[in-house]
Amino acid sequence: MGQTLFAKIWDAHRIADTAGGTQLIAIDRVFLHERTGSAALRRMAETGREVLDPARVFAVMDHIVDTRPGRGDGTLMPGGEGFIAQTRAATLAAGITLFDVNDRDQGIIHVISPEQGIVLPGLTLVAPDSHTCTQGAFGALAWGIGSSEAEHAMVTGTLRMERPMTMRVTFTGTLAPGVTAKDMALALIAEHGAGGGAGHAVEFAGEAVGALDMEGRMTLCNMATEFSAMTGIIAPDAKTFAYLANRPYAPTRFDDPFWATLRSDDDARFDREIVIDSAALAPMVSWGTSPEHTIPVNTTVPQGPERAHAYIGLAPGAPIEGTPVDAAFIGSCTNSRITDLRRAAALLKGRRIAPGIRKALVVPGSLAVKRQAEAEGLDKIFEAAGFEWRMSGCSLCFYAGGEGFPEGSRVISSTNRNFEGRQGPGIRTHIASPETVAASAIAGAIADPRKVLGKGAPA
Amino acid sequence: MKPVTTITSRGVPLLRDNIDTDTIIPSREMKTTGRTGLAEGLFAPWRYTNAVDRLADPAFALNQPEAAGARVLLAGANFGCGSSREHAVWALVEFGIEAIIAPSFAPIFRNNCLRNGLLPVELPADVVRDLAWQTVRIDLPSQTVSAGDQSWPFDIDPEAKQMLAEGLDAIDLTLKLKDTIRRWLDADRRTRPWVYLEKST
Ligand code: SF4
Repeated sequence: MGQTLFAKIWDAHRIADTAGGTQLIAIDRVFLHERTGSAALRRMAETGREVLDPARVFAVMDHIVDTRPGRGDGTLMPGGEGFIAQTRAATLAAGITLFDVNDRDQGIIHVISPEQGIVLPGLTLVAPDSHTCTQGAFGALAWGIGSSEAEHAMVTGTLRMERPMTMRVTFTGTLAPGVTAKDMALALIAEHGAGGGAGHAVEFAGEAVGALDMEGRMTLCNMATEFSAMTGIIAPDAKTFAYLANRPYAPTRFDDPFWATLRSDDDARFDREIVIDSAALAPMVSWGTSPEHTIPVNTTVPQGPERAHAYIGLAPGAPIEGTPVDAAFIGSCTNSRITDLRRAAALLKGRRIAPGIRKALVVPGSLAVKRQAEAEGLDKIFEAAGFEWRMSGCSLCFYAGGEGFPEGSRVISSTNRNFEGRQGPGIRTHIASPETVAASAIAGAIADPRKVLGKGAPA
Repeated sequence: MKPVTTITSRGVPLLRDNIDTDTIIPSREMKTTGRTGLAEGLFAPWRYTNAVDRLADPAFALNQPEAAGARVLLAGANFGCGSSREHAVWALVEFGIEAIIAPSFAPIFRNNCLRNGLLPVELPADVVRDLAWQTVRIDLPSQTVSAGDQSWPFDIDPEAKQMLAEGLDAIDLTLKLKDTIRRWLDADRRTRPWVYLEKST
């Protein structure tokens, strides 16, 4: 019987079976950020342990760095400088490559890893960050771990793992205009639950996945953790290799026959299969406090947990479209890449955000994305529409205790989590695609991007 | 790490599904790169009526008099979903929680528990619900949870069990296989040379 892509990569990294029944898996790359990586580095220094192979460990400052123009090491988060100073000192001492605050290649961990060619098809890559699964878009086995596990991976070059089960999610057909990879991910979680992928490594496949560009594939894999999956993965194809060739840490060419083996065999069996008809999908928006609380933008709020309704302030039966919003956010490792910004800018061109919007931010995923966007004049479009144009980082994807949205805001956001308090105490988050965020910012209320797209840019 | 054997405590119910790590320890409560000083921020959004004065919300289960000194939490499915922050586990441990009983755990959170001597026990949702406020006895060697005259078996993989029971450090354990790892890396370097980067600086 054929093998799944997951099994091929897993088996190729299996060093030994441990006495306790787990498997010892070789880890090819470790990536740290200043928020959780600093804890791993600190403990390693305290216990006198050393990194096995520093050339394969990377670190970045992205989570709590300031994103206001002209930034330095200062951050609005109380105590934030400590994380920056400690990460800088510890990575230097350990010989780990660091993408520092204003390094020209700085950006969100899961945006810069592919930009640098650090993630490659067939590799194992871990980071103490749950959205590491984003990088599975390149056909790597990439997953999030805790700080202790990061220390384990750095010191031993391995992790002790229980082998997960496999699931394939096949998206058949073609997406309608205005429907994106973000909507695919949200539709999957809405239908199968935030715990639906538990215990599984999920391969995304099918015509609609093949049709996505690499950035769309990253958006889809990004949300695998919101599905509780160990990771998401997509078989590499010509687009994948074209994207990676000649990146700083990648091979210049991918003509070794090995690369062509990185796909699930036709007769491979998965432990679970889900099939979704892409043509039937609509733009999705969350109504509650879990990513599973998500509905098509043209429908009404269903009956959910009491507490979710109370927090978000929307009763069952209310239409989601037309719900007034106070703020808009475009950014995060889900939707902050150049194509995300292009698509949002296409809607915003020649338009203004509604007067009721008190804060609107665009935060490019990396400084490279920022430079590219500026070369295309996107920054001017966003600014003319009333958005602030920022330096790259995680920014208000989460609230670290510094900068926040105006008190009590309802935010339409291109991020991945709508948890209570995720973007600040009492802040109500609605997650959606960058198109839906842009359309909603223009309307001042949750809006269906297809209605704006149909109109074209105003003269 | 303190070895885990048996735990007897009242079970404090937080019976919601999908309780996320942003709720267990909000990012703003992670003030240093260390692993301590986190207990005060545990469940901060639910525990306090007001973020500034930190007045205890009497409606929150852990603030009720019966919860004093409790070491076992009861929760809904997919507990610990969201951010990978190990601070969630460090905060629970520092607060005095020794075990969590839930129908399921988010995978990264579960691993973080095992690395820090916090016992994650999976039992069906209706059983967890019935344990609310009861005195619960968790016995790791026999893999059972009991309350009153009833008892339920639970699953845990042998390695996790051994590490918890003996308080073992995973890194020390793996370093015993150092030579095996070294040999594997030497062979792999020849078959997949692109994996092994030379340090450029
Ligand atoms: S952008 Fe948000 S979700 Fe992504 S790594 Fe940063 S904080 Fe995490």
